[in-house]
Amino acid sequence: MTTESKISIRHVHKAFGIQRGSKQLKAENQPVYALQDINLEVRQGEFMVIVGPSGCGKSTLLDLLAGLTKPGSGQILLDGKAISGPNLDRGIVFQQYALFPWKTAIANVEFGLEAKGVGRKERRETAQRFIDLVGLGGFEHRYPHELSGGMKQRIAIARSLAYDPEVLLMDEPFAALDAQTRETLQSELLRIWEATGKTIIFITHGIEEAVYLGQRVAIMTSRPGRIKRVIDIPFESRRSEEDLRSNPDFVKLRHEIWELLKDEVSRAQEQEKSKTLDAYAEGRSSAKGGVRHG
Amino acid sequence: MAEGNVAKPLILQGRNAGGALERVTAKARRAFRNSVAILLFLTAWEIVPRTGIVNVTFFPPFSEVVNAWWGLLRAGDLQDHLAASLTRSISGFLLANLIAIPLGLAIGWWKTAADYLNPFLELMRNTAALAILPVFILLLGLGETSKIAIVLYASLFPLLLNTISGVKNVDPLLVKSARSMGLSSVSLFRKVIVPAALPTMFVGIRQAGASSILVLVAAEMVGATSGLGYLIQYAQFSFLIPQMYAGIITISVLGIIVNYLLLALERRLTDWKQTYGE
Ligand SMILES: Nc1ncnc2c1ncn2[C@@H]1O[C@H](COP(=O)(O)OP(=O)(O)O)[C@@H](O)[C@H]1O
Ligand SMILES: [Mg+2]
Repeated sequence: MTTESKISIRHVHKAFGIQRGSKQLKAENQPVYALQDINLEVRQGEFMVIVGPSGCGKSTLLDLLAGLTKPGSGQILLDGKAISGPNLDRGIVFQQYALFPWKTAIANVEFGLEAKGVGRKERRETAQRFIDLVGLGGFEHRYPHELSGGMKQRIAIARSLAYDPEVLLMDEPFAALDAQTRETLQSELLRIWEATGKTIIFITHGIEEAVYLGQRVAIMTSRPGRIKRVIDIPFESRRSEEDLRSNPDFVKLRHEIWELLKDEVSRAQEQEKSKTLDAYAEGRSSAKGGVRHG
Repeated sequence: MAEGNVAKPLILQGRNAGGALERVTAKARRAFRNSVAILLFLTAWEIVPRTGIVNVTFFPPFSEVVNAWWGLLRAGDLQDHLAASLTRSISGFLLANLIAIPLGLAIGWWKTAADYLNPFLELMRNTAALAILPVFILLLGLGETSKIAIVLYASLFPLLLNTISGVKNVDPLLVKSARSMGLSSVSLFRKVIVPAALPTMFVGIRQAGASSILVLVAAEMVGATSGLGYLIQYAQFSFLIPQMYAGIITISVLGIIVNYLLLALERRLTDWKQTYGE
C-alpha cells in the first residue's frame, strides 16, 4: 500500500437487508450481497475508471465513497482518515444530472458554495468562472428544463467543481447522452481534469469510455461485486492523439477488457432475468395467498 | 439607391408597427375566444325571458338582474354581505393554511406517519364538509365560529393531503445530491424539500380556496343573518328574484377572482416551471 493513496478502499462489504415494498413483504428474507471484499487504492490526481455490468454494485460503491451510506464491514480512507459522512471534499455527478429545477443554471452551481458558507458576491463570481469553464457562458440564467441533456450535465459538473472538492465521483455521467454529445463531454472532461488536477473516480458500463478516459480501469464482477482486475492504460496526454479510438493499442486494451467483462455481463443478465421471474412468481403466490386468506 | 440608408430605418419601423399590430390582434382574438361563450350566454339570458318561453317572474332578463345588483350596491347591502362572507372565508382559509402546511410538511417527511395517516385523511376529505355542518352547529352554535370552522374543515384536507404528497414525492435524487453536499436536515428541508414540494402544495391551496367559498355560501344558507349565502336565501324567501340572481352572480365572480389571484401567486412562486401556454 503506497503512502500517496488519496483513497483506500479496504475489504469493503455491503449487503442490503429485506426490501421494503408492498409486494416483496414475503420475499426471501436473505439479504442482497451487493459488494464483496472490495480493495482499491486511488492515487492523488488519478483518473480511475470503474467498469462493470449493470447491477453489479457500482452505484453502491459510489454511495459509500460519498459517505451517503456506510459499509457493512471494511473501511474507506480519504487521505488516511476514515470517511464519516458526506462532505464537500468530495463532489458527485449523477447520471440523471440532479439539478434543482427551481434554480437557474448559475444558482445551481452556487448551491454547493452556499452550503460551504461562501459569501454572495464571491459565490456568484466563482459560479460564473466554472460555468465558463464548462463552456456554458451565456446560459447562466436558464432553468434546467430549458437546457439540453449535455448542457445539464455540464452544469452538474460545474456545480460539483465549484466548491473545489478534492475528489470527483462520477456515476455513469454520460450514459444518458447521445453518442456525439458523449464524445464531446468525454474530451471536455479530460481537459478539465488536466486543468484542475482533481482525483476522479468515474463509473461506467462502457468499455470504450473506460479505456478512453481512465489512467487505470478497475473491472468489477457481476453481483456480488468484486474487483476482478485493475488494468493500466498507458496513453500519455490522450488529447494530443487525434483519433485514439482507432489506435491499435486502444483496440487491444478494449478487447482485453471485453474478454474480462463478457462473462460477468452474461451472468448479470441471468441474475436480472431470474430476479424478474422471482418477483413474478412472488407476485402470483402472494395473490393466491390473498385469496386463501380472504 | 442613395436613399437606402434612409429607407432602412423606415422599414424597421414598419416592421415594428406590424409586430405591434399583430400583437394587438392576437390579444383581441384571445379576448374574443375567452369571452364569446359567456357573451352568448348572457345574450340568451337577456332575450329568452322576454320571448315568454320561460316565466319572467322566476327568470328575469339579465339587465334586470344587473339593475338589482346595482341597487344592492347603492344601498350598501352587497358590500356588507360580501364583507361578512369574505371575513369568514379568509379566516378559515388562512387558519387552514397555518395548520395544514406545517403539519403536512412534517407528516410527509416522516414517511411512516404518512402511510398510517393517509387513508384517514382521505376519508376525512371525502366526508363532505356540509354533511357534518349539523355537527358544527351543535357544537359551536350558529355564530361565526361554526362558519369559520366549516371553512377550516373544508380547506384543511386538500391542503394537508397535497402538502404530504408534495413532500413524499420529492425526487430522491435531489435529496441525495443535496445530502452529498453536506446539507444539514434543516437546510435540506428549507432549500430542497419545500421548494420541490411547492407546485403540489399549490394544487391544494387552489382547491382549498375554491372550497372555502363554496362551503361557506352553503353554510350561510342554513343558519346565518349575513353573508352572500344568506342574501340569496333571503332574496328567494322574500320573492326578490332579481336580487337572488344578483347574489348568485356575485359568488361566481368572487370564485373566479379568488382562483385568479391564487393562480397569479402560484405563477410568481413557481415561475421556474414550464409555462403552461408554450
Ligand atoms: N437500497 C437498496 N436496497 C436493496 N437493494 C439494493 C439497494 N441499492 C442497490 N441494491 C441492489 O444492489 C445491487 C447493486 O446495485 P447498484 O449499485 O445500483 O448497481 P449498478 O450501479 O452497478 O448498476 C442491485 O442488485 C440492486 O438491486
Ligand atoms: Mg448504477
